Amino acid sequence: MLEIKNLHAEISGKKILKGVDLKVNAGEVHAIMGPNGSGKSTLAQVLAGRDLYAVTEGEITYQGKDLLAMAPEDRAREGIFLAFQYPLEIPGVSNMYFLKAALNTIRKGRGEAELDAMDFLAIVREKMKLLGVDEAMMSRAVNEGFSGGEKKRNEIFQMSVLEPRLAILDETDSGLDIDALRVVADGVNRLRAKDRATIVVTHYQRLLNYIVPDFVHVLSAGRMVKSGGRALALELEQKGYGWLEEEFEAAKA
Amino acid sequence: MAAIKEQREQTDHYFSAFSALEARRAQKGGSWFDATRREAMEHFGELGFPTTRLESWKYTSVQPIARSTFQLEESGRAKVSAKHLEGFAFGDQVSGTLVFVNGFFTPPLSELTRLPGNVVAGSLAGHLGNRPDGFEHHLARYALPVENAFVALNTAFLEDGACIEFPSGTVLEKPIHVIHWTEPAGSPLMISPRTLIVAGHDVQATVIESYVGGEGAAYFSNGVTEISLGENSSLEHAQVQQEGGKAFSIAALHTHQQRSSRLLCHNIALGAELVRNDVNCVMGGEGAECTLNGLYQTAGRQHVDNHTLMDHAMPHCSSREYYKGVLDGQSAGVFSGSILVRKDAQKTDAIQSNKNLLLSEDAVINTKPELQILADDVRCTHGATIGQLDAEAIFYLQTRGIGKAAARNLLTRAFANDVIGRVSFTPLRERLEATLLERLSKGWKAEEVL
Ligand SMILES: Nc1ncnc2c1ncn2[C@@H]1O[C@H](COP(=O)(O)OP(=O)(O)O)[C@@H](O)[C@H]1O
Ligand SMILES: [Mg+2]
Repeated sequence: MLEIKNLHAEISGKKILKGVDLKVNAGEVHAIMGPNGSGKSTLAQVLAGRDLYAVTEGEITYQGKDLLAMAPEDRAREGIFLAFQYPLEIPGVSNMYFLKAALNTIRKGRGEAELDAMDFLAIVREKMKLLGVDEAMMSRAVNEGFSGGEKKRNEIFQMSVLEPRLAILDETDSGLDIDALRVVADGVNRLRAKDRATIVVTHYQRLLNYIVPDFVHVLSAGRMVKSGGRALALELEQKGYGWLEEEFEAAKA
Repeated sequence: MAAIKEQREQTDHYFSAFSALEARRAQKGGSWFDATRREAMEHFGELGFPTTRLESWKYTSVQPIARSTFQLEESGRAKVSAKHLEGFAFGDQVSGTLVFVNGFFTPPLSELTRLPGNVVAGSLAGHLGNRPDGFEHHLARYALPVENAFVALNTAFLEDGACIEFPSGTVLEKPIHVIHWTEPAGSPLMISPRTLIVAGHDVQATVIESYVGGEGAAYFSNGVTEISLGENSSLEHAQVQQEGGKAFSIAALHTHQQRSSRLLCHNIALGAELVRNDVNCVMGGEGAECTLNGLYQTAGRQHVDNHTLMDHAMPHCSSREYYKGVLDGQSAGVFSGSILVRKDAQKTDAIQSNKNLLLSEDAVINTKPELQILADDVRCTHGATIGQLDAEAIFYLQTRGIGKAAARNLLTRAFANDVIGRVSFTPLRERLEATLLERLSKGWKAEEVL
């Protein structure tokens, strides 16, 4: 579904990603872990199409297409969804209006009919119940005045409504209490299917108790220094990241 | 000397036009208003067209107006039909419509049959006969020719206009709509639209003024509106300016409020090439409340200058001023908002805010507040911001499938929404939303617009 080859990206001359490789097949859940500042968000943002980051080398193929050539909105219409580490506030635009516009453009992209207000409401109500989102939140401006937890919940709520093929969650678990974490994990697990894939960027292995990954990768200083199975996450929790960096450098030398 | 000579040349033309008009009026028996007209003409001669050397005209040059020789319009010459007004008039959603074509009342296009009998609404010309009938206490009493050359020019050439009077106790649910339509002619015209609104005490009403014009040729619309609001009355007033793209639009709004009255004014500037709005609100009675709600949306090479004065003359008055600007292309905006708190105006509560959104790198805005506070127990706050669309917010919307142009559109509309949202009359609000959307999408040549 997704193949990243030797990806290099920089921002204002500062190299952040230095040759990232990653292959994600349909049906898989991949976790990406790594220390702060290692480039996890950069990778997530590049996948979603943020042009702030310049891709200087490498390629990304998504469903057989050159992803880097696609505008962010086209990626979304092709099924890519990024849950932001820091979701934006959009004053003056209601959640409801925003989500309806988003769902209808994405449905159009999938060749489905646009939903009228009634059908849209029915879908949204069901997801709201599942994610514990209340009506009042829907009439408020997107993320405006939301707490950190509310913003994260709203990201997962949007994801549930938009039903992406490839969901990328950037530290959606950070700053959440255990109940909220469960809600988020349930939202992700509900979308698990053999034609969908998920990339979970996380700082803590705690989330992986709820969203059990097929693969765990470690990103450090802009490179994937280790990949493994579920057990790697537990090992990281005990030993930290330092040893991986050493091992990686030793292997290179 | 050369400058004075040039100034004389610029005003001479208006003096000969004025003499011709005066002679014609004298034949018809004259009017109680003639003396005011003559004085106004003299003031215009003394003041001349303002230059950028004047502090209040620093950022706006009216030389394109001063250098042209505009022709005066004669009544009934322009041919305008109801078709022209489609998309501007509100039909039976309003309680009455007064249409002025090139400054002159046009009964066939107007609709006044549904108005309550005690409300005066019609042509000002009928009240300018040889004997005054009450409006002499209001007409040209708030917008003073001595202070402003354009007000002087309008007053000198005042022949007709809208005249609305709400007797005390009138409660009018639906608005009265005044349409000032300008139909350009072969040679550039000067139009002097005039509106007088007088409300007694305990009145509740809404008046909408639309300034619209045909495309194609340049013209100069020099309007003056005066509003007098009696004790405990409440008036919502909207001025929507959608003049033709080559028009020069100069407008002055002068309001005077008595005790405990509430005034809500909307000033929406969309059209014309060169725009100057002067708004002067005098809170002349205790406990008066005045809200000024403004939006200017510009593109191309438009230049829009908003000059406002909140004049707190009495204690316990509150004023709110919210102006927003959306500037695209190479357009320029000026906002100068003054708050004057006079010596006796203790307990004044004044808030002013001016927020600007620049959609292009070539658009500019000059914004400055001016506070003159002569009382000591007051609360005055002001703030101005200039910003661009948030690139990250645009990206966020894009990642949800919303195209870039549509995302920009959505954010821009969201920026302007609260101004438009303060308009109570739903059909106007909806029309403004649609108009804004249409104009914005044109600016971006966007194929997809939400
Ligand atoms: N907008 C930016 N401007 C400058 N540097 C940035 C920007 N975004 C990220 N970086 C830098 O890139 C590196 C990687 O950041 P990020 O991708 O956010 O890491 P992570 O998500 O793994 O914590 C950090 O050193 C960070 O300071
Ligand atoms: Mg991060």
